[in-house]
Amino acid sequence: MEFFLQQTLNGLTLGSVYALLAIGYSMVYGILKLLNFAHGEVYMFGAFAGYGVLTLLGGPASPVVPVWLLLILMFAGAVVVSSAIGVAMERFAYRPLRQSSRIAPLISAIGVSFFLQASALFLFTAGFRTYDTPKLIDISTGITVGPIRVWLVRVLVIVGTAVVMVVLTLWVSRSRTGKAVRAVSFDREAAEMMGVNVNHVIVVTFLIGSALAGISGVMTALVFGRIFHFMGFIAGLKAFTAAVVGGIGSIPGAMLGGLLIGMAESYTTGYISSTFQNLIVFGLLILVLLIKPTGLLGKPQLVKV
Amino acid sequence: MPDSSDTPESRPTVEEAPTGIGVDEWVAQAGELREGHRGLTAPARRAFDSLRPGWRLAIVAVAAATVPYLVKPGGVRIAIGILILAMLALGLNVVVGWAGLLDLGFVAFFGFGAYFYAIVASEQLPAHWPTWIALPIIVFFSGALGVLVSLASRRVAGDYLAILTLFFSLIFVELVRNFQRLPFVSEDLNLTGGPNGIPGVDPWDFFGFKINTFNRHYYVLLVLIVLLIIVLHNLSSSRTGRAWRAIRDDVLAAEHMTIPVNNMMLLAFATGAAIAGFTGTVFAAVTVGVFPTSFTLAFLITVYSAVILGGAGSIPGVLLGALVIGYLPELLRSPRLAGWLFYFGLLVALALLIRPWQRLVAVIGGVVAFGYAVRIVAAAVWSDATTGTAAEGFISELLDGWVLILGENAQIITNIAFVAAIAGALAVTVVKGWWQVAVLIPTIYLGVLVWENRLVFQPSLTRQLVFGALLVIMMAVRPQGLLGKRRVEIT
Repeated sequence: MEFFLQQTLNGLTLGSVYALLAIGYSMVYGILKLLNFAHGEVYMFGAFAGYGVLTLLGGPASPVVPVWLLLILMFAGAVVVSSAIGVAMERFAYRPLRQSSRIAPLISAIGVSFFLQASALFLFTAGFRTYDTPKLIDISTGITVGPIRVWLVRVLVIVGTAVVMVVLTLWVSRSRTGKAVRAVSFDREAAEMMGVNVNHVIVVTFLIGSALAGISGVMTALVFGRIFHFMGFIAGLKAFTAAVVGGIGSIPGAMLGGLLIGMAESYTTGYISSTFQNLIVFGLLILVLLIKPTGLLGKPQLVKV
Repeated sequence: MPDSSDTPESRPTVEEAPTGIGVDEWVAQAGELREGHRGLTAPARRAFDSLRPGWRLAIVAVAAATVPYLVKPGGVRIAIGILILAMLALGLNVVVGWAGLLDLGFVAFFGFGAYFYAIVASEQLPAHWPTWIALPIIVFFSGALGVLVSLASRRVAGDYLAILTLFFSLIFVELVRNFQRLPFVSEDLNLTGGPNGIPGVDPWDFFGFKINTFNRHYYVLLVLIVLLIIVLHNLSSSRTGRAWRAIRDDVLAAEHMTIPVNNMMLLAFATGAAIAGFTGTVFAAVTVGVFPTSFTLAFLITVYSAVILGGAGSIPGVLLGALVIGYLPELLRSPRLAGWLFYFGLLVALALLIRPWQRLVAVIGGVVAFGYAVRIVAAAVWSDATTGTAAEGFISELLDGWVLILGENAQIITNIAFVAAIAGALAVTVVKGWWQVAVLIPTIYLGVLVWENRLVFQPSLTRQLVFGALLVIMMAVRPQGLLGKRRVEIT
């Protein structure tokens, strides 16, 4: 029982991170019908930005500011860097291709991903860095749930993700811009005719998606430690799986998918073997796609002629 | 200065370029025809174009056949790599260029063929099938695997097909790397060799004639590629080829013209997969071994770059793309050649993009002056700015007196310069008029600084950067590739 709870908790943490990342994929797809392959790289840059702030402020062993402020600054740094990259990506790589064939932005996205990865290799060089969070927040601090003890950082990740999701859901359903996002996602041309500034909406979408990716990057690094230039690739794929499983284009779907993938991965590692981890996740994706091609919460696309 | 210097013939930015509305495919092609060839090489190119395709192929093939006599033995190895890439690009062109299916699992079929051949022609099982038996079987099974994968993804179209095939290729690498032993069949059976791969693969052997030297590999490959080109050329104008392009342009319309869309898609997938599988056997035999690292996404992107750069849908296009993409890394490998390439490319790009010529002169003069100014200031305030060692080669030594070659702290400063250069390059595409010149000067300087201090020493990283940027720029500037025909999708 304790082992099961431990795995569930692990899955929940992992799932939170994937869900945040998956939302970005889903929102962009909903609006532009574009698979933004470079989203994982935005996440990786977020993790590195957090690391940069941490190092600038004295490192995990001897931070010059209080820990809570340090954490906030790390997240802020990641959000700034990630959204800057996301918005620049949209402006320079995807906007010129709005009118072109469907395949062009996809290839452009692959190019951006490749370029960003190489840039990270250039900037940060190969090799692993670590946040060394246990030095920052003692591993014994936390809360007790039943038989297990939950580290404060994990609590932070899970609660933080929940808060972000509630805020995002409220924003999308209530605010003016949120409504515009939904309108553009539903039918871009009609929304444009109704006076929605489509360019503005697209920029906002990239901004939010990338900011969430940055937050997700710092969260991953806080809990799981290691960051490296290649980390965005595999995490991006998992989050992408999550978005597709949940139904790409749907925000609740991305959340559900993220949690599902996180859980699946955690239980596989715990009960079977970590060798099977990626295989099971990818297999799950193919299974879901074959049974329900639009994902769990996705709506079938109408084809207009 | 007022913006009146912006002459009417200055290049339109990407956003101002004609969009798909109102220009159909025929008009676009007619426009390109009317423009014709320009410049010094125009007569030669016109003469080449007027030849029949068979003669054009013959000229290129004969030229290619002389390569082993002209280059060093190491050069033949590179040429073999280019031919393998060309073969893969031809196969991918069938799926992506003609049928318009975004197949991101292509490299898995290549890997499947390579592993299949390595398993049946090495000490792994051990088994040593005769080549003439192994090849048809492998090609058949690769094609069959292609059919299977596309059958599985028949219900999903468009982007989902890309997703499924992408995950197929990931699963392939996972399987090969982790499941060298079949868990429930036999414990001793080591099928794929896991992360170590399979060494010692037999060379091709046709009834005692072993294809085991670089030259033999090269000529066999060349013959095969010529045959493949002839087959594909005929296929392209056949009923099947036309059906594929009809599907690519509009699935719904194609279906209404009674084209069996699903079957044609299966066929395209299977053809691509069979070509990839076949190329895999060549690859396994040439490299005398197969390793999981050869079949990763990075290689897939290399093949895609070749197809996209040359022009998806055009056979000469993808061959040219494979030549450029295959040869580029070799050029980057030596700092001397890489330097020539970098500065030559920079000058050509500037000469093509900046008009009128006064502005070009201003940019080049500005960069030179800017460099000396930076050098004087840097040397005055900070003694460490010029203490590094320049890269070898004539240009680098020449530039040593101009650009800063940093000693200590090179890492941090070049990092900042790198980010600033990218920001500058992006900004150049936005600003207009003389502002462009003002932004370009420091951008070029920073680019050269980064190049001379870091990139010239890191060829594989440079290659990644170049490929990534190439895909993005190509899509924005010339989505049809170098030799591709412009297509317009009417929505």
